[in-house]
Amino acid sequence: MPQVNMTVNGKSASGQIEGRTLLVEFLRETLGLTGTHVGCDTSQCGACVVHVDGKAVKACTMFAAEAEGAEVLTIESMAAPDGTLNTIQQAFQDHHGLQCGFCTPGMVMSAAALLKDNPKPTEAEVRDYLEGNICRCTGYHNIVKAILAASGQDVSAIAAE
Amino acid sequence: MPKDGGIGASTKRREDVRFLTGNGNYTDDINLHGQAYVHFLRSDVAHGLINKVDTEAASAMPGVLRIFTGADFEGVGGIPCGWQVTDRFGEVMQEPAHPVLAQGKVRHVGDPIAAIVAETYAQARDAAEAIEYDIDELPAVVNMKDALKEGAPKVHDDLKSNLCYDWGFVEENKGAVNEAFEKAAHVTTLELVNNRLIANPMEPRVAVGDFNRSTGDHTLYTTSQNPHVIRLLMGAFVLGIPEHKLRVVSPDVGGGFGTKIFHYAEEAFCTFAAKALNRPVKWTSTRSEAFMSDAHGRDHVTKIELALDKDNNFTALRTDTHANMGAYLSTFAPSVPTWLHGTLMAGNYKTPLIYVNVKAVFTNTVPVDAYRGAGRPEATFQLERVIDKAARELGVDPIALRRQNFITEFPYATPVAVEYDTGDYHATMDKLQEIGDLSGFEARRKASEAKGKLRGLGINCYIEACGIAPSNLVGQLGARAGLYESATVRVNATGGLVVMTGSHSHGQGHETAFPQVIAEMIGIDASMVEIIHGDTNNGPMGMGTYGSRSLAVGGSAMVRATEKIINKAKKIAAHLMEASEADIELKDGAFSVAGTDKSVAWGDVTLAAYVPHNYPLEDIEPGLEETAFYDPSNFTYPSGAYACEVEVDPETGRVTIERFSAADDFGNIVNPMIVSGQVHGGIGQGIGQALLEACAYDENGQLQTGSYMDYAMPRADDVPFYTVDHSCQTPCTHNPLGVKGCGEAGAIGSPPAVVNAVIDALQSGGKNVTHIDMPLSPSRVWAAMQG
Repeated sequence: MPQVNMTVNGKSASGQIEGRTLLVEFLRETLGLTGTHVGCDTSQCGACVVHVDGKAVKACTMFAAEAEGAEVLTIESMAAPDGTLNTIQQAFQDHHGLQCGFCTPGMVMSAAALLKDNPKPTEAEVRDYLEGNICRCTGYHNIVKAILAASGQDVSAIAAE
Repeated sequence: MPKDGGIGASTKRREDVRFLTGNGNYTDDINLHGQAYVHFLRSDVAHGLINKVDTEAASAMPGVLRIFTGADFEGVGGIPCGWQVTDRFGEVMQEPAHPVLAQGKVRHVGDPIAAIVAETYAQARDAAEAIEYDIDELPAVVNMKDALKEGAPKVHDDLKSNLCYDWGFVEENKGAVNEAFEKAAHVTTLELVNNRLIANPMEPRVAVGDFNRSTGDHTLYTTSQNPHVIRLLMGAFVLGIPEHKLRVVSPDVGGGFGTKIFHYAEEAFCTFAAKALNRPVKWTSTRSEAFMSDAHGRDHVTKIELALDKDNNFTALRTDTHANMGAYLSTFAPSVPTWLHGTLMAGNYKTPLIYVNVKAVFTNTVPVDAYRGAGRPEATFQLERVIDKAARELGVDPIALRRQNFITEFPYATPVAVEYDTGDYHATMDKLQEIGDLSGFEARRKASEAKGKLRGLGINCYIEACGIAPSNLVGQLGARAGLYESATVRVNATGGLVVMTGSHSHGQGHETAFPQVIAEMIGIDASMVEIIHGDTNNGPMGMGTYGSRSLAVGGSAMVRATEKIINKAKKIAAHLMEASEADIELKDGAFSVAGTDKSVAWGDVTLAAYVPHNYPLEDIEPGLEETAFYDPSNFTYPSGAYACEVEVDPETGRVTIERFSAADDFGNIVNPMIVSGQVHGGIGQGIGQALLEACAYDENGQLQTGSYMDYAMPRADDVPFYTVDHSCQTPCTHNPLGVKGCGEAGAIGSPPAVVNAVIDALQSGGKNVTHIDMPLSPSRVWAAMQG
């Protein structure tokens, strides 16, 4: 089996893979980084979003071999080493932007990519960007609110708790 | 009491931290030493005779450990059904066998034919390709009415027909109802479909079976809303494992919405195979598999008629429903179109005479069972749609017609067997008119018209029965289970508490909300309380989470157990302070003697319980741990009023939700933030049902919506921000917290509001459209507009 080498969350990572091994399988099964989730098999749900060389990527849509030499960031890298949540994570907790938590890692990683490119998105831009991330619990209300809050915008006028 | 952590505080969720950092522990994150993997070969035809399943070549493939077929499960029990409905002639329902792996016949696309266990998933999947099987395809029955025709192909050859039951409720009322229709001044009739849905929690189902050869103990890790129920059903009815030798664990579960209540064949398989192979066996569903193996929801076809007198009072209601059971009876399937549907047909209204007929039908489709709301959305949809249609036919305001017929006095015994304890339907309607700014609607309609759009306002009221359920009552109705809930409260020597609840949290936030209740009761910080759930080895028998029951039933059990703790702690405190027990008061985490300055802290008492040097050992035992089982005396009846405003593009038929407002009465509320979140999520699913989602089969029983490419899940840009309010509160009268439950309301209340709004929009544009079946896709709306 061929070997793949990449940097994951700032550490070098390598492993034996089959050609058909997906990046998400390598992360979850070889590296034990189970924060990245698999919610579908058609690249629709976005539970597996990670960053590859700075871009948000669905890790079920990419072979592990394609990430050879890449810099990969997963949800496990987002909080500070002492456990302090980053701005987006904290906004999700503050605004109840998650319930079962299964889509959450993908949502956080997508939100991080959005805010990097567009630091002050409108509500419509947030909703449009999240087209590729499905949540079944929240009706999206508090996810959108949390991302707007994480961008530093005032969300106090948005209805409800 | 520190109000930041007690009842009524929007405490931030403690469980969020692990989910936000990738440290959740979902079932697929569990990997056991030496585990093997199973892949199920599933039928690609809806109905057929299995002539041959040749596994010889596949068994020789790399990594294959063993291939199982239906023959391996002869003598093993089938998947049981947990509810037996008696029909209107006094006969019990027809109940087919449901083998773990198909035997003789396949009955729906996705029915498992063989299970391949191998060293890796990839090897198991590869070997499945090498299995040679021969299935003689038979004609399939998909449409329910066709399935009941004389000579229709039978899903189960050993049953009399495809009719599971023909249920009438209340059968004795039928004559009086028909008579009322003959006398009616006006009758409104509506035929409609409640579209088949797939629950789609984002975490697919997973099962890991394990067997300990040295002890003979089995363990199943599974994505369940009710691990104790799975232990009982699988142990007693399928595999014959006594409960004390079987542990079922459901760790973090990524959403349920009903479809993770049921006991599934894959759970039994993994448990069975782990012993057979003496290795842990793991199955992780793909989403494609989920579409053809998770129980589906809804799928009712209904004719409803509403009779009114000359003053527009509702005088009678009559419904005729066909309910799809699919190919086998899922765990609670028979109860959904009957006791969870017929009993809700009074809605918020004082209709004196009601008759509900339901024919449950077997078809060559995936089994159908409870999905968020379960029977109550189906009841609400037809009732609120027919009322809206009646208002239009009579030329009266739909809000006024509803208000005129509201139940206003409580308790209220409906003609469909339930008694509402409290409610105030005018209050929630008043609140809706305020938060939805309904008086501003006409101005908004004009603004939409100026943009070339048709704008509509849809109103809906709902009532639901939650807090399931009084065991003696459901026993009479056919439940093969009790529906109490349990809690063990364990106080440690240093004062911290652990609550082992039979409820299960898969997104509802029990780990945060339940401690708020205990913090309020004892006057300690909520961080001193830990919630444990989801492990049958760690807590008393519990019935799990569904039917918006966790706080109303599980929370009540916790309150009862905590009351026992407090009573015992007061005895200890009285001893320590040499006072009479009757004089002991508990406040802010300290026991004091009334009228004195004597006081001992909570921690002093808990320490004394475990270090009983100065302790009334002659009167009470050491330790501080209590268990309570709470069996509710009635259902709870959350209610509310919802408003939806839509714009319809007359050129394309596309509907957009412009405003959505919900005024709910959930009784008392523990964590308003969590309650709002539950309503948001329910509304999101309800909008999905109304505008987007449909599980479709073709005439041969092929599943046409087999992935997210075909099944339209609501996305962030399909929905608006919602305005929700739960300040109208009529506390439940019969549980200690006065709570009613909030988990399903949004999904029950929203679909009729959306459809009513679209019909309003189209009629405002001069289109003579009285109904469109969900989902209201652009093509359906456009077609309706063309007449």
